[in-house]
Amino acid sequence: MDTVLVAEGLNTFYGKSHILFDVSLKVNRQETLCLMGRNGAGKSTTFKTLVAVLKPRSGKILFNGIDITKKKPYEVARLGLSLVPEDRRIFPTLTVKENLLMGASTHRKGIWNLDMVFEFFPVLKDYQSRLGGNLSGGEQQMLTIARTLMGNPEVILLDEPSEGLSPVMVSTLKDLIIRLKSVGSTIILSEQNVKFAQSVSDRVVIIDKGSICYESDIETFKKNEEIKKAYLAV
Amino acid sequence: MEIYISQFIGGLSVAMLLFLVASGLSLIFGVANIFNFAHGSFYLLGSYIAYQTISLFPNFWIGLITATIGAGLIGAILEFIFLKRLYGRVNEGPFQILLTYSFILILDDAVKFIWGPEYKTIVKPDILEGSFVIGSIFIPKYNVFIIIVGIAIALLAWYVLNKTKAGMIVRASSLDRTMVGLLGVNVSMVMTAVFGIATALGGLAGAMAAPLRTVTPGAGIEVIIDSLIVVVLGGLGNFWGALLGALIIGEVNAFGILWIPQWASLLSFAIMIIVLIFKPQGLFSKSR
Repeated sequence: MDTVLVAEGLNTFYGKSHILFDVSLKVNRQETLCLMGRNGAGKSTTFKTLVAVLKPRSGKILFNGIDITKKKPYEVARLGLSLVPEDRRIFPTLTVKENLLMGASTHRKGIWNLDMVFEFFPVLKDYQSRLGGNLSGGEQQMLTIARTLMGNPEVILLDEPSEGLSPVMVSTLKDLIIRLKSVGSTIILSEQNVKFAQSVSDRVVIIDKGSICYESDIETFKKNEEIKKAYLAV
Repeated sequence: MEIYISQFIGGLSVAMLLFLVASGLSLIFGVANIFNFAHGSFYLLGSYIAYQTISLFPNFWIGLITATIGAGLIGAILEFIFLKRLYGRVNEGPFQILLTYSFILILDDAVKFIWGPEYKTIVKPDILEGSFVIGSIFIPKYNVFIIIVGIAIALLAWYVLNKTKAGMIVRASSLDRTMVGLLGVNVSMVMTAVFGIATALGGLAGAMAAPLRTVTPGAGIEVIIDSLIVVVLGGLGNFWGALLGALIIGEVNAFGILWIPQWASLLSFAIMIIVLIFKPQGLFSKSR
């Protein structure tokens, strides 16, 4: 299968504390990979390392065969690897439309533009001239995903997108991810919510205490209750 | 009555010069989160670059343009070589103060070294000599020129910040630099550009002030203190707060000198203290 992203032996530190231990990952083109693990297991750190917000002390990241380990976050985004951070981080005093236009800063061509985003997220069209800070939590989550899509990423990293969302918003999010898959996006998502992860993912990787400890396709994972008990809060 | 009007106009022109310096100071703070102690030194550089240019090519306008571009370039280069290394470091704040304070010492001494400690003068261009006379009121043409430039820069800044893509990126960068980078913006270049534009405004103010105040190596320190008061009044990091603060300080000084000359120099400090007691965040909070 065609591999789009490869991470080999990543070791990441926060100051003196060692967070990621030899993390290796392979992501296939157009698949949805779910990185699972408890709070503090290293999911966000893995994502931040992949998009160069954190520099690994050792290891290598290849994106479409290009070594991106030493690149800056904006260069990684321009190559087509984009992170939607868990804390949403919309620009509260910019309008919804301005937030979306900021996402187009990668200057990448593709299917996503304002019209397409508004078709996908009608609520953002209605609220386009409101300030980002005035949206509800769920709407902000939509905005932060839409903003990243505006940059036409080839691979999207979604860091705990369902966190803090109402059940209705979680099902909207599920539909969204399924629609993104249907337009050919490669998605890596981090989750603690097993049910949600199982409903959208093709493959699962589990991280615990900074190390990858399990990897399988989604069907195998669904049947493996022991692994869920051992490493996930179920 | 006439005296009040001419004091008011005088105060307004001082306010506009202060606004140019203080808005740059505020812009750098708002976007890059740097308190640039050396901002007054770019005003100083502006005066001397204008002086030097005019002594080589006797044309005021060329002097004004080279001062603006020169101060901006030097600012951008200093940011690129030095300040850039501090972003995101532990104890970033104290390092910034040390670094920008050392810029003051180095730039001020460089000025003395190159141009000597004695006063220099720049002559106003002929077209701006003299006054407009309305009845018995004399309004110096040069003051009107400064006020027009100040208003023009304020309007231009409003337009750029709110209506252009570059302005949108600057506003977003002031909110969340990391996120802006994740979206594909070369934030580091944005910081350098903002620093360059802000120091260019300082240089422009220095060059425009030169015909009024004579050019001396100590001018940078004086102006940074006034600008500090202005940004504290207006709210640090708020571009429009800098305009309001500059108007208040400009006019308070103008009328202070008229009414209570012996206390005039204390008035701006007194106002700053009063504002800090009742509104410690400044008259505007940080936002644009």
